Amino acid sequence: MTDRSNTFKVDYFQFLGVDGNLVQGVKVPALAKDLDRLKTLYKLMVKTRLFDKKAVALQRTGKLGTYASSLGHEAAHVAIGAAMKKEDCFAPMYREYGAQFYRGVEMSDVLLYWGGDERGNDFKNAGHDFSWCVPIATQCLHAAGAALAFKLRKEARVAVSVVGDGGSSKGDFLEAINAASAYQLPLVLIIMNNQWAISVPRSSQNQAATLAQKGIAGGLTSIQVDGNDLIACLWAMEEAIEAARAGKGSVVIEMMTYRLSDHTTADDATRYRPDDEVKAAWDREPMIRLRRYLTQSGAWDDAQEEAWVAEASAEVQAAVDHYIDQVENNPQPVTAMFDYMFKELPHDLVEQRAYAERYPEDGGHH
Amino acid sequence: MSEITLIEGVTLALARALEEDPSVVVLGEDVGVNGGVFRATAGLQARFGGDRVLDTPLAEVMIAGMSVGMAAQGMKPIAEAQFCGFSMPMIDHIMCHAGRMRNRTRGRLSCPMVLRFPSGGGIHAPEHHSESPEALFAHMPGIRVVIPSSPARAYGLLLAAIRDPDPVIFMEPKRIYRWQKEEVIDDGEELPLDVCFTLRDGADITLVSWGAMIKETLAAADELAGRGIQAEVIDVATISPLDMDTIIESVGRTGRCVIIQEAPKHCGVASEIAAGLADAGLFSLLAPVKRVCGYDTIMPLYRNEMKYMPSVRRILDAIDAVLEVS
Repeated sequence: MTDRSNTFKVDYFQFLGVDGNLVQGVKVPALAKDLDRLKTLYKLMVKTRLFDKKAVALQRTGKLGTYASSLGHEAAHVAIGAAMKKEDCFAPMYREYGAQFYRGVEMSDVLLYWGGDERGNDFKNAGHDFSWCVPIATQCLHAAGAALAFKLRKEARVAVSVVGDGGSSKGDFLEAINAASAYQLPLVLIIMNNQWAISVPRSSQNQAATLAQKGIAGGLTSIQVDGNDLIACLWAMEEAIEAARAGKGSVVIEMMTYRLSDHTTADDATRYRPDDEVKAAWDREPMIRLRRYLTQSGAWDDAQEEAWVAEASAEVQAAVDHYIDQVENNPQPVTAMFDYMFKELPHDLVEQRAYAERYPEDGGHH
Repeated sequence: MSEITLIEGVTLALARALEEDPSVVVLGEDVGVNGGVFRATAGLQARFGGDRVLDTPLAEVMIAGMSVGMAAQGMKPIAEAQFCGFSMPMIDHIMCHAGRMRNRTRGRLSCPMVLRFPSGGGIHAPEHHSESPEALFAHMPGIRVVIPSSPARAYGLLLAAIRDPDPVIFMEPKRIYRWQKEEVIDDGEELPLDVCFTLRDGADITLVSWGAMIKETLAAADELAGRGIQAEVIDVATISPLDMDTIIESVGRTGRCVIIQEAPKHCGVASEIAAGLADAGLFSLLAPVKRVCGYDTIMPLYRNEMKYMPSVRRILDAIDAVLEVS
């Protein structure tokens, strides 16, 4: 028997080098020249990182619960959002804020959710998107179901889901690949390979040379891209979404990035992750190279950066203020835990709701 | 005028729902060309097409997860798990997503899906085909649990389950799939999802059961009638939400109650009913409440499966013990 498990080819795409120059010797997509668009997306990346830093600070000062940082994923996340149409459907895991902001999720929604308030999931401006999904990889099948709904209704809509490198080990992800293949679904599955599933490194998930090749086994077009290269991520997403929308089937994109933060604020990655690895990862992170590229192209400068950081920081602060105001001055009453259980509350819960109303502030020793 | 079986009641309701609501989709393993291993979906794919009645890959997690996704995006999936045992991998999506979707999103998204599967023993099936997991599902917030025990209730309750705006687990007692025939008019009339059905009036004792055990419970009531004892028989049918009012009202008149369930005794639905009686019906009780249940063991392979399930004799012995207390 000859081992042929890794003899097929998974194409890897990178267009923007870590030095901020376009990669030589490859055909760079036209969007690399659309500086206005790239500038807009860069600004959202900056805002996402400012927000992220603020959210971590809120958690450290006791004003937010456990929070999953998106530090280092900004290019990949923003590209996902930017490639989708409003009517498409996004089923995230739990740290794709850049994609979600693009789609209309508010920064205050994120804070409310991680701040322990379900109203954070009531996206006012991203109405049909799924909310954050804690049970790993289950969101892939929800996206597959959404894609099947679109296909059956003959709507030109695409469903997009994200799973981690750890989540790609789960059956739900593999069953989503299989379903996409069986039903030719308008579905794009992204493996956000940030190298770490909490403390377990990519190398411990399996011995496959790539994670994308799991899609090949299921009969799907599957590629890898530099997940810190906005141009590569956006190009791959647009190609995949266009193919899915045209009924040409589903695509798996493995975005190679790095989780620069702890898994969540409840984690301490220094316990298991070598410092030099993290330091090297900072050299490849997505913001610096894009800023260099935009600056070299004349589309961005320090003054614009400074002005935008000030403006975006004010937006972040406004979101924080709104969040604090909601939880402090407009908290959900005890009855809120009953009111969305069913469209019409069954008699047993009507009874329990009335009982709970008699103890509106109770809990623990109170 | 046509008399049909319980499983034909299921088929009739599915066809009605497919007819009246274009967002209804039936999906599962072998539900299409084959019409289901028990024939519950017989003829539906030929009549409504492959886009309405979908054969799925052999992947239960996928069936449940995609049903959640479809339901949240405006479809009405009616998913089938081929047997009760194969619903177990689906629990992650049922409990962690279907039951939580509306609450999680403060009503922005919902999950109007039905998961139906044959449950219970008594047909000489292989391992994992004969369990009664209603208590598992009834313990999950945000989920309705329904078990019909007659052709008319299969039709009316399944229609109601499909039209319900929230997720419903619809368990079909396969031992009585073809037990009785009765006339069911295909008029689209649904039955309520939150009340018990009183199958027989009686003043001396209240017998409470559901699913296939209704068969033995009614037989016990017949035998009692021969002895001049009138038993009231209540079919719970809608396990969650549980209609304790009907049961408490009945026990208020009879003063005695025996609860019969095929599922294991420990932490079962019978225990919840007994607790409800202790809470709100204690002073009308003339005797202890007895539960006649499956044993807290593994459901045996088929040679011993009937020995596991409550028999008419076990039910009558419990009834006699309750009637003896004066």
